[in-house]
Amino acid sequence: MIDVARKERNYVDADYSVWSWFLTTDHKRVAILYLISITVFFMLGGAAAVLFRLELMTPQPDFVIPETYNKLFTLHGILMVFFYLIPSIPAVLGNFLLPLMIGAKDVAFPKLNLASWYVYMVGGVLTVAAIVFGGVDTGWTFYTPYSSTYGNSAVLLAGLGVFVVGFSSILTGINFLATIHTMRAPGLTWFRLPLFVWAHYATSLIIILGTPVVSITVLLVAVERLFGVGIFDPTLGGDPLLFQHLFWFYSHPAVYIMILPSMGVISEIIACFARKKVFGYHFIAFSSLAIALLGFLVWGHHMYVSGQSMYAGFVFSFLTMLVGVPSAIKVFNWTATLYKGQVSWTTPMMYALGFIGLFTIGGLTGLFLATLGIDVHVHDTYFVVAHFHYIMVGGASMGYLGGLHFWWPKMTGKMYPETWGRFSAIVVFVGFNLTFFPQFLLGYMGMPRRYHMYPEEFQVLNVMSTAGASIMGVGYLLPLGYLLWSLWYGKNATSNPWDARGLEWTIESPPTPHNFHEKPVVTTEVYDYDPEQPLPPPSERVVSPAESETETVQ
Amino acid sequence: MSATVEHADSSAGFLAHHFDDRAQQRQAAVIGMWAFLATEVLFFGGLFAGYSVYRFLYPEAWVEGSKHLDHVLGTINTAVLLTSSFTVVLAVRAVKRGEKDHLVRYLLTTIALASLFVVVKTYEYWVKFSHGTVPGAGFELHDLYDPSVSLNQVELFYGFYFVMTGLHAFHMVVGIVIFAVYTRLAQLGRYDENYHTPIEMIGLYWHLVDLIWVFLFPLLYLIDR
Amino acid sequence: MLGEFRLWPRAASTVAEKVDTLYLFEVAVTVFFTILICALVIGMGVIYRKGSRAARANPPTSKWLEAIWATVPLVLVMVMFAWGAAVFYEIKTVPDGAMKIDVVGKQWMWKLQHANGKREINELHVPVGRPVVLRMISDDVIHDFYVPAFRVKQDVVPGRYSQLWFEATEPGTYHLFCAEYCGTEHAQMIGKVVVMEERAFAEWLSGTSSDDPPAVAGEKLFERMRCGTCHKQGPGGRGPSLVGIAGKPVPLKGGGSVLADANYIRESIVRPQARIVAGYQPLMPAYPQLTTEELNQLVAYIESLGAPGDGDAGRSDTGPSTPVEDATPPDENEAPSTEGENE
Repeated sequence: MIDVARKERNYVDADYSVWSWFLTTDHKRVAILYLISITVFFMLGGAAAVLFRLELMTPQPDFVIPETYNKLFTLHGILMVFFYLIPSIPAVLGNFLLPLMIGAKDVAFPKLNLASWYVYMVGGVLTVAAIVFGGVDTGWTFYTPYSSTYGNSAVLLAGLGVFVVGFSSILTGINFLATIHTMRAPGLTWFRLPLFVWAHYATSLIIILGTPVVSITVLLVAVERLFGVGIFDPTLGGDPLLFQHLFWFYSHPAVYIMILPSMGVISEIIACFARKKVFGYHFIAFSSLAIALLGFLVWGHHMYVSGQSMYAGFVFSFLTMLVGVPSAIKVFNWTATLYKGQVSWTTPMMYALGFIGLFTIGGLTGLFLATLGIDVHVHDTYFVVAHFHYIMVGGASMGYLGGLHFWWPKMTGKMYPETWGRFSAIVVFVGFNLTFFPQFLLGYMGMPRRYHMYPEEFQVLNVMSTAGASIMGVGYLLPLGYLLWSLWYGKNATSNPWDARGLEWTIESPPTPHNFHEKPVVTTEVYDYDPEQPLPPPSERVVSPAESETETVQ
Repeated sequence: MSATVEHADSSAGFLAHHFDDRAQQRQAAVIGMWAFLATEVLFFGGLFAGYSVYRFLYPEAWVEGSKHLDHVLGTINTAVLLTSSFTVVLAVRAVKRGEKDHLVRYLLTTIALASLFVVVKTYEYWVKFSHGTVPGAGFELHDLYDPSVSLNQVELFYGFYFVMTGLHAFHMVVGIVIFAVYTRLAQLGRYDENYHTPIEMIGLYWHLVDLIWVFLFPLLYLIDR
Repeated sequence: MLGEFRLWPRAASTVAEKVDTLYLFEVAVTVFFTILICALVIGMGVIYRKGSRAARANPPTSKWLEAIWATVPLVLVMVMFAWGAAVFYEIKTVPDGAMKIDVVGKQWMWKLQHANGKREINELHVPVGRPVVLRMISDDVIHDFYVPAFRVKQDVVPGRYSQLWFEATEPGTYHLFCAEYCGTEHAQMIGKVVVMEERAFAEWLSGTSSDDPPAVAGEKLFERMRCGTCHKQGPGGRGPSLVGIAGKPVPLKGGGSVLADANYIRESIVRPQARIVAGYQPLMPAYPQLTTEELNQLVAYIESLGAPGDGDAGRSDTGPSTPVEDATPPDENEAPSTEGENE
């Protein structure tokens, strides 16, 4: 069987033509297409952030003019949210790994999968063109009536881009849902699924139920702009707050679209490098679903000071607080997984442990914002900015980077340089905290967000933040460099370099186009690690498919 | 390799390469379709939410706007659409029994009914356009039943009317195109009692489009009648 | 004063200290759990590092651990919710007899007007130790009136009034920010709140002002536009009498009733057909040509029409030392203070 495996070419080498990539229906190739395009959008969004952080070094507007500043943070917000954070883990790691983890040859609808990438690219090009050439300056939230009546008319095009990219998410979500439901290998029961799969299941539910609402909202803004229907325009009898309700009905769950997959990644990494089954597996699985469902009931916490009724504030505050419980359960369970484990401080593990710390801070500061009395003061200040960057960058991004390192050998067949990996993980962690921690202080001091100039007393903390951002920028450029380097010069990876469990590690690195040579049958429980056995040194970590825990059908 | 192995369509048995068997393939399609329908429901749900908010705020304007819609044509269209849903059911029944000729006939009937709906809808739009009853600069509405009503608010009603029925009509057109493709494939003998998932799926889609209209019709045409 | 480096905002209102106390409680919770989690992660990461001699037999799997770490956070967040809601209730509930100031936000400035007619731009002078309520509306997009030292903010929305109250406790000069992104010069939509001793404030307020108080200006406007032709001060007019309606429930045509607060009065001028008073025909035309400020004046005038008889006295002479009694019908979106007794 191994001989057969060695003879078949892997998915990269199977065909070198350009069209074999652009017309591929292989979930792994689609994942690579996404990886490349998401990296480009991430760099663009990051560059915008560097520019406006430079502006914020001084209280006066001296580096860019206000119009430019507003376009920069709009570009940063829209690209990072819609084109990086939402698709990053599902579309790259999820696409690549989901079928492998459940023992399938592909996702349920491979053509839709490819279509989703094209839709994503169309949306991305439209949006970038609208912002760069048209100069959209509404912020990523598109609040009416600024966006519908006053802002630049390129809002229409940017909105169209966001509308389009929503469908790329929907296609991915439908695909995952159908795949997880129907294509699990024999013996792979729901409670043998890796938590990564559970997280993506919950994420897909949110995508399917939430994305259409924001799509229709953005469409209504476009209709309002085009035809002058006053749906959100108070002078024509419309209600600008209705926009906020519809927008946040999606955009708050969207936060969980960004963080849940990352939580799935963290579970995989921690189990592998602690050599233990994740503590409280069922609790983590169900807390993902709980977060997904509660996420739809809390949108009003963005609107405590918008003019919504005080009693609505009470209800939304109460429900929002409840989200804290499943989140706390996850953190405690991950921490407990380390107890009596065999902890290896590898690069993915450092990202995962960094995630736990940063997510703890991000989650707890979320409670400040859920608390009505405090939110009145810190709403729309840098406190909010700091909080969601702790969740989005400290949480979602750390998970994405950790997962990228963890599965890099599987995706590319190459090992990344471990020393560089650890170094960059530390640089990102330090830079991140230096960037965003001062923003909590700024926020409580009262510095509003989206200000290109500010009173002098805020300068010291802003300079710290900018310094941190430059460190973080380096931390992000390092992986880009050494991961690319590893493609040519990295050591070849074995099928299972981490001695990890899970079906994706039972096949070659990189996998062949159809993943499994024979239908796998699962007979073992999930995360079947032995804490007594330390991770063997790399030289001894050659586990061939035949030796793996999974038997194959003869 | 994956690029060269086309899934599903041409080979005998119509089993895509990545599925184990037809049952699995069918189940995946069904779950995927229902998930898509859930998305559609929420898509229109946002519009229904906005509609409800403003109907609550401006009931008189909604009544006024509604009275200017042609409820006779609306009723005819409702009947046409419900009938087309019935012919789709017949088409699914036919393909499950392997009756190819019946399948093609029912699909063609469905297309005819759906096209009739779109034609009637287009006529209604044309009437509104020719009277200037279209949101935007120069919105006009003559022969008011309730002269005190605010035109701005009626314009808002027509905003919702055009967006909701327009999106619905868009779904109709997409459906007609898919029906046309499937009719051709059915003539070529693609579907039989063993393989008929696409017909069932387009049927589900069509029922949803129908269902949405069943909500749109009273909400737009029958206020205060 | 402004401009000096600090790590903690100045606290200068009655609610500021309460917000700070709650904040510090949550900071303590955050610090405790962050240190706990980080210590556990790093500690166990070291103790149970690969190949260490630590005992690994019988790792726990107990369900009661899960129960504990579901319950403790639940209790904590419920405390935060209840405490936060109590503080919020106070922030939202305007005390009786608050001094009233009109605020109009527009791209990109704040226009304020005191009850005696005195206007300010991007500056607000208020006395120390007296509740002040701002009735705010926007001319264009959504703005947000934010005074960090008072720990309060409120969105200023076009087309409807919102309100914000505070009681300053420390004389001084404080930042005023627009906290809702409103376009190019958003960051320049800033100003100062100057809190003065009562006497200094009275002196400042009585300084030269050529403007009529809003209610008086409203009255003139009311006469100029001949509103009184229909809205007679008594029964028999084609429109309802406006005397004494402010803050009272009004029966509506078609059943139901509405509280005649500032928002309803304003709506009835801008969109007269929206909610018709029972027993009247929808005859009134809309007045789209009125500016935001003129509307404010008309609303102020109608509100000043107290009980029949003293109706047109207005509140023209209302000085700062005689707060307008009950002249602030609560915003329909805010809790009326009387409803608070149900809490």
